[in-house]
Amino acid sequence: MRHLLSIADLTKSDALSILNTAETLSRASDGPMKKLPTLRGRTIVNLFAEDSTRTRISFEAAAKRLSADVINFSAKGSSLSKGESLKDTAQTLQAMGADAVIIRHSASGAAHTLAQGQWMSGSVINAGDGTHEHPSQALLDAFTIRKHCAHGNDDLTGLRIAIVGDILHSRVARSNVLLLSMLGAHVVLVAPPTLLPIGVESWPVTISYDLDSVIESVDAVIMLRIQIERMTEMYLPSAGEYARFYGLNLDRLARMKTQSIVMHPGPMNRGLEISSESADSARSVIVEQVKNGVSVRMAILYLLLAGNQDLEVSL
Amino acid sequence: MSIALPAPDISRAITRIAHEICERNSGSQLVTLLGIPTRGAHLAQRLAAEIESITGNSVECGTLDITMHRDDLRLRAPRALAPTSIPPLGVEDRHVVLVDDVLFSGRTIRAALDALGEVGRPKTVQLAVLVDRGHRQLPIKADYVGKNLPTSPQQIIKVHLSELDGVDEVLLEEVAG
Repeated sequence: MRHLLSIADLTKSDALSILNTAETLSRASDGPMKKLPTLRGRTIVNLFAEDSTRTRISFEAAAKRLSADVINFSAKGSSLSKGESLKDTAQTLQAMGADAVIIRHSASGAAHTLAQGQWMSGSVINAGDGTHEHPSQALLDAFTIRKHCAHGNDDLTGLRIAIVGDILHSRVARSNVLLLSMLGAHVVLVAPPTLLPIGVESWPVTISYDLDSVIESVDAVIMLRIQIERMTEMYLPSAGEYARFYGLNLDRLARMKTQSIVMHPGPMNRGLEISSESADSARSVIVEQVKNGVSVRMAILYLLLAGNQDLEVSL
Repeated sequence: MSIALPAPDISRAITRIAHEICERNSGSQLVTLLGIPTRGAHLAQRLAAEIESITGNSVECGTLDITMHRDDLRLRAPRALAPTSIPPLGVEDRHVVLVDDVLFSGRTIRAALDALGEVGRPKTVQLAVLVDRGHRQLPIKADYVGKNLPTSPQQIIKVHLSELDGVDEVLLEEVAG
């Protein structure tokens, strides 16, 4: 593994080695936060051409705990906003000696273009490209589900997981569908027909338009963020109607299985896709997802950067 | 390939090292054993059991993974991590005995000293190894040695332990060419 561009590139054993490494790292950090010297002297660039708080901060925290030097490069106030091409940006980063670039971009495939372009020699990590994929989010979701629901199993065999909301525009949903089904889980997509992509029938999932018929049988539910601008783009009649049919409220929360968990990749619209009471309930692992995100991203950086990628992997 | 240390010798070496650890530290009250995964961790557990049968008291025993502190990470393929578990009393003001299977270049132990420094400040740090094969690249010396095995740098030492490999033995392999 040299780059992390999409879940589709990973084998099941790649995914499990990331999850297992993250688990070892998260147990080691249960005590006082310790800094590890592993990536000392390596430079990691956060190239964020699209707004993000938690993903960028999470990658930054992970890189710093491994002692890497982090350079933050965001769209606002950089030459990206002046229209510099990805190629020129990549060549600049190469000249500065970046060992890895973590890229968030509004164009689907941007990370792939950067990795295949021969403009730079470092690793490329996709932190979200357009409506395509967000692999590190899917890995941290799988990590969180495994910890709470897998009863000590290595993978997610036999679990039922619902992903609810704007599947059409969600890179989190795409990466999660691929990863969770690869790990043996049964994924149910719940959304209004207008927010499901064309061709979704061929995905390894079950589709439902009715949250009430699904909520009682799932082990985990991932609520996706509804972007307010979708209302004006006619995908949804109104916010109130969406909340009523697809929002996670106290009534639906009460009907979930006893050990089941509520997840959200953030940022949340409290009162729209998830009620405040649900987000703050005992079932909610939303804050823990953020914590797990740092461990999973440390594992990704460790596995991509610490060893010599030209040698055979001995995991 | 020849057997450099058969099972009875390994067992006697562990018993002797257990006695030496008790002698050096006036018992085992202040001793914490930390095994370096994978085989060092199993050796530490055997030492702990042996010390308990000598002194009648339980002894603190854990593991210390040193992978993230290695200086040769970039020379090798990515390595899997092993768990670190520090026993309840910690390492502060204790006599910490690091336990590993083979002492060779000394780089693993250097990394272990770094990793240990992150955990706390022991009163002393001592080193117990099953086999010392020489060829040190750093100024590091073991306090307790099961067996000194003179080797050439091209030879390969393989330690097999019954917990993992079904049999206790130390093998010495020649590399052709």
